[in-house]
Amino acid sequence: MAIDEKLLKSVIAEVLKEMNTADTSAASAVEGETYECPGMQITEIGDAEKGTNPNEVVLGLAPAFGESQTTNIVGIPHADIVKEVMAGLEEEGVSCRIVKVYRTSDVSFIAHDAAELSGSGIGIGIQSKGTTVIHQKDLPPLSNLELFPQCPLIDLETYRAIGKNAAQYAKGESPNPVPVKNDQMARPKFQALSAVLHIKETEHADRDKAPKALKVVFK
Amino acid sequence: MRSKRFEYLDQRPVNQDGYAKEWPEVGFIAMNSPFDPTPSIKIVNGEVVEMDGKTKDEFDMLDAFIARYAINLDFAEEAMATDSLEIARMLVDINVNRQECLKYTTAVTPAKLVEIVGNLSVLEAMMGITKMRCRLKPANQCHVTNVKDNMVQIAADAAEAAVRGFAEMETTVGIVRYAPFNAIAIMLGANVGRPGILTQCAVEEATELDLGMRGYTAYAETVSVYGTEDVFMDGDDTPWSKAFLASCYASRGVKMRFTSGTGSEVQMGMAEGKSMLYLEARCLGVTRGAGVQGTQNGSVSCIGVPAAVPGGIRAVACENLIAAMLDLENASSNDQSFTHSDLRRVARSIPQFIPGTDYICSGYSSTPNYDNMFAGSNWDADDYDDWCVIQRDLRVDAGLLPAREEEVVAARNKAAKAIQALFRELGLPEITDEEVEAATYARGSQDMPDRDVVADLKAATDMLDRGVTGIDFVKALYKGGFEDVAESIFNIQKAKVVGDYLHTASMLDDKFHVISAVNSPNCYEGPMTGYQISPELWEKISDIRTAVDPAKL
Repeated sequence: MAIDEKLLKSVIAEVLKEMNTADTSAASAVEGETYECPGMQITEIGDAEKGTNPNEVVLGLAPAFGESQTTNIVGIPHADIVKEVMAGLEEEGVSCRIVKVYRTSDVSFIAHDAAELSGSGIGIGIQSKGTTVIHQKDLPPLSNLELFPQCPLIDLETYRAIGKNAAQYAKGESPNPVPVKNDQMARPKFQALSAVLHIKETEHADRDKAPKALKVVFK
Repeated sequence: MRSKRFEYLDQRPVNQDGYAKEWPEVGFIAMNSPFDPTPSIKIVNGEVVEMDGKTKDEFDMLDAFIARYAINLDFAEEAMATDSLEIARMLVDINVNRQECLKYTTAVTPAKLVEIVGNLSVLEAMMGITKMRCRLKPANQCHVTNVKDNMVQIAADAAEAAVRGFAEMETTVGIVRYAPFNAIAIMLGANVGRPGILTQCAVEEATELDLGMRGYTAYAETVSVYGTEDVFMDGDDTPWSKAFLASCYASRGVKMRFTSGTGSEVQMGMAEGKSMLYLEARCLGVTRGAGVQGTQNGSVSCIGVPAAVPGGIRAVACENLIAAMLDLENASSNDQSFTHSDLRRVARSIPQFIPGTDYICSGYSSTPNYDNMFAGSNWDADDYDDWCVIQRDLRVDAGLLPAREEEVVAARNKAAKAIQALFRELGLPEITDEEVEAATYARGSQDMPDRDVVADLKAATDMLDRGVTGIDFVKALYKGGFEDVAESIFNIQKAKVVGDYLHTASMLDDKFHVISAVNSPNCYEGPMTGYQISPELWEKISDIRTAVDPAKL
């Protein structure tokens, strides 16, 4: 799919504008920790609450996302990943709420937690290394609507398509699933690295810590 | 200036793989870690009060489960008091039979199992597998998947794989909602190729059980157990919940095995600083304790982790051996791709290929790897002739047979037509003649026309909602003119009612007779004992299609 750069920029600009005045009503208004990574500033604004807006998708980020890790396994900046997912949602006119899930580093559970917080029941979970799941709150946690297990193969275009599809599920539509990618040499090349990144992510997990609502400002 | 030799070597496939140095503190070590516990057991009034250096009050839930259910306590003190080296020597001694070895190996703790196999060279581990494998005859399993989740292709690929000799087949999905179609397609296709093949669909565990109960599958395998409490809890599970799931399968007459493997805990960042093999020995203890008949192990999808550290592939052979030492059916992985190097991938498979295991691969990709939805297998359809030639070179039965083009094409065509009829009779989205033709001659999904995915997913969900079961497939196939296929699918359902195939290491022959470790146990006791290739089978293995007949030259 060819993306018109001008259109892309304008969509991102709009998303940014909306993000900067992000709706924080679904979070208690206590300002928390702020951290920066290339391209994005993240502020924790209290415990994430269950949304009531049926026109939203919740994006759940893994414990180290944008903090101790700032790019995915092939070096795509976390800021760009979040931007593209949000742009995909925006294209479909669905709003996005971002949360940080701390209790686990397992992407299925992160996505399921996000879905449970989401007013539409649809959530997206992204690990720091880039692995992504689209989830629905009524599915078993280890099932999913769409799973993107081979993180080295997920490019920005795919992250955008993931946002777009999640938005369509939120609207009760049946989108064509994002085409599955498969490379049998991803494991030989990346599995050891993936293990190390995941060990490091898991070090930041805290079983007893509730998910936090995030305010994200792109720079 | 760079050495031209090193410059060239840098480009070799083996140097595209990822390697890592050991990091024992976090468990990034294959076996023989300085942080692994020292074997010990203390039994008071029939209860284990100390195991592997921990007292009862220090047990985590895995220790507690293993201590209570996995060890034959009647012989435990004697077995634990026997030197590990002595037990290791028993495993390779042809004068000590399998039953005698089992007496010791089923009465020891996980740390002791690891200490025993830690004494073995990889060759000795292979000798151990030769003797300790449960079933007399080795067999093989394959994956049947494709990147488009195209069910016509799955049926055709399964039929071909059956002709080629696989006894078990496994599918999975790119998109979860395709699971019911993929499950039907593999069951139908496999039984077109050779009646009596067991099939499964690897998805989320509750869904797998549901598909089994509806008659869409004949067994399950991807019921995972892990070697640390944290990883168990990360999946919202305990050894007890897994044992409960296992009993759900048993009570419905559906065969199942657990899955575990070295590297999974460290991959998930929760290895508690123990070696990969020690944690795998704990998994196998949980498997045995849960009363499950078998395991798929051999690192499975985590193979890149042990393979990245020194001695990792030896550890994988040792974990297969430990499974057999616990009298468990062993589907020994050799599945997922872990290397760019053709030499390395052959070397990785030798410890299972030569001695033979209950299922050598679990599985071998019956499609080109670009279609393998387990992220690629160590062996794929493009290697069919290599596998057969290596069997012929070494005079080994590793589960495959050379096949002729005409019989493969005929089987593929019949399977594609059968699923076309089944879909028509069940009111599912049309399978066109063009798709049947494409599937008959396809190498992979690049040769298949696209389907209307949204319509398929809707129909698949609707089919489950309508309560369509395996018996409806039987009726539809019968009405659609495929009476023989209908009968095979019926016989698969019947096997669950009879229940004989729940025995250890079962498979079905083409008359639906069960062959298992109960009625066909491994009896290896040295040269010219145990499994021998029959003259008829050797004739088939020898008869590769590219060999010339000297008499006709």
